[in-house]
Amino acid sequence: MSMSDSKKFLLICITFFVLGFGGLTCANAASGRLVLTGSSTVAPLVGEMARRFETMNPGVRIDVQTGGTSRGINDTRNGTADIGMVSRALKPDETDLHAFTIALDGISIILHANNPVTALSKQQIIDIYTGKITNWKSVGGADARITVVNKAEGRSTLELFLHYLELKNSQIRPHAIIGDNPQGIKTVAGNPNAIGYVSIGAAEYEAERGAPIKLLPLDGVDATIANVRNGTFPLSRPLNLITSREPQGLARHFIEFARSLQTHDLVEAQYFVPVEVN
Amino acid sequence: MIWSKRNILFPLKLTDSLLHGILRAGAVISALVMLLISLFLIVESWPVLGQISPVRFFTDLSWHPLEGAYQLMPMLAGTLYASVGALLLAIPLGIASALFIAYYASPRLAKWYKRLIELLAGIPSVVFGFWGLTTLVPLINQLHPPGASLLAAILVLTLMILPTITLTAYSALMAVPIEFLRNAAALGLSRWGMIHGVAFPAARAGIVAGIILAMGRAIGETMAVLMVAGNVVQYPDGLFDPIRTLASNIALEMAYAMGDHRAALFISGLLLMVMVMMLSGMAGWLERSRHA
Repeated sequence: MSMSDSKKFLLICITFFVLGFGGLTCANAASGRLVLTGSSTVAPLVGEMARRFETMNPGVRIDVQTGGTSRGINDTRNGTADIGMVSRALKPDETDLHAFTIALDGISIILHANNPVTALSKQQIIDIYTGKITNWKSVGGADARITVVNKAEGRSTLELFLHYLELKNSQIRPHAIIGDNPQGIKTVAGNPNAIGYVSIGAAEYEAERGAPIKLLPLDGVDATIANVRNGTFPLSRPLNLITSREPQGLARHFIEFARSLQTHDLVEAQYFVPVEVN
Repeated sequence: MIWSKRNILFPLKLTDSLLHGILRAGAVISALVMLLISLFLIVESWPVLGQISPVRFFTDLSWHPLEGAYQLMPMLAGTLYASVGALLLAIPLGIASALFIAYYASPRLAKWYKRLIELLAGIPSVVFGFWGLTTLVPLINQLHPPGASLLAAILVLTLMILPTITLTAYSALMAVPIEFLRNAAALGLSRWGMIHGVAFPAARAGIVAGIILAMGRAIGETMAVLMVAGNVVQYPDGLFDPIRTLASNIALEMAYAMGDHRAALFISGLLLMVMVMMLSGMAGWLERSRHA
């Protein structure tokens, strides 16, 4: 009796594994195929675009893998990937590659609407986030303790913010860590002494709908989607697709699709700023 | 007379063995799911477990997985503080509510009160979290900034596990045979004497089971805690300091984690599972040693 039980158990285990691996292998059997690798910031957006592209073009399969901007560049150069995903502008030593901006990413420092502080310098922001300034009085505000709101490790917003301030995450002394943009906005909206940062798209959207937050200008430039789009806002970056030579065939088709009006809703849903392509 | 039917009617035997098979298959599947989940957690966390020594989860300076620091202990402590704190508040409140419904309230009031508690049990956790974030946290912030804190987590968790404890304790009290209570009344015991001396000891197993269930929920609760606890990885110095629990660590970082960072998050999951197993094992052991 116990023998047959253990056999049955084994059989069930084997069935599970066979089903699992079978599912993996048969997925590769489509005709047109594109491989994209690179930045984890761009990958979720491109993944959504790829899904829509696949539904519109049956038989095409698009494989989106993450691994960071540098992997995207390497894979595109050595041909492992058809298209690379890069979450910054290309550097001067990368002119051999062709970049196509599919969206812009900008983040804004947000304060509670009742906070009298109207602007902070980059150094003041660094001092607040590293715990050197702990009271709003020191930067011209009320006599109250600052609540520093930081993002969770791995988020692209955090990465861009740290890059701008030239800090490491372990140097930051947060009082609250939040996950997504809406949570960050609610945290700041509920605490008059909090300082946080979120994607500009999300902040503008919520502020327009009456959330008691205000977006701080940086280096005298207002934090607006328009300023991200025209490139004047400092805390922003382009999200690019790159190819090693002038894209042809399916790759070209996909890049054109990613930059077209048909994907603007996907770009906005991820709180990025769509680019205008004529 | 009734059970002799079984021998007369042959098909029942077939039904019996069929049922036996179905039940056995169900049991195997349930056990298998548990095993597969454990296996999955170990496989997913293997990239990190194989590379770095497990001691580092206890000795690293901080939790900054992108910088190669994997300290998990503050989160373990945070999880324990939040759930134990919530239990300390919810157990007395829950048992008191159950006693109130069972023995003190008028039938009409008891009915409505019980409905209310049942409603509380049905509220989704994210609603508690939302309420906590927009109401409770700003209130605590006025008392002592930053507001998002261990205290907020404890209060939200208390609200969430209170109905579990109340309803299971109530069912356990209702399951006490009415003869026991009549005998107690006949012996001239006061109402409290009856509850304390008769009803409680008889219902203890059920009440303890409810508490364990509530503890499991408190330890594993993710979204509500994520929204109110502040999520800073540190040992709290007091009730007003923010904490991060193991469960919210996973929810907070999983969406954007890759490679070793992702594997380290699966280790949080593994740790969480081991912790729940140890606690339920401990509860079972406590129960046995009391009976012995």
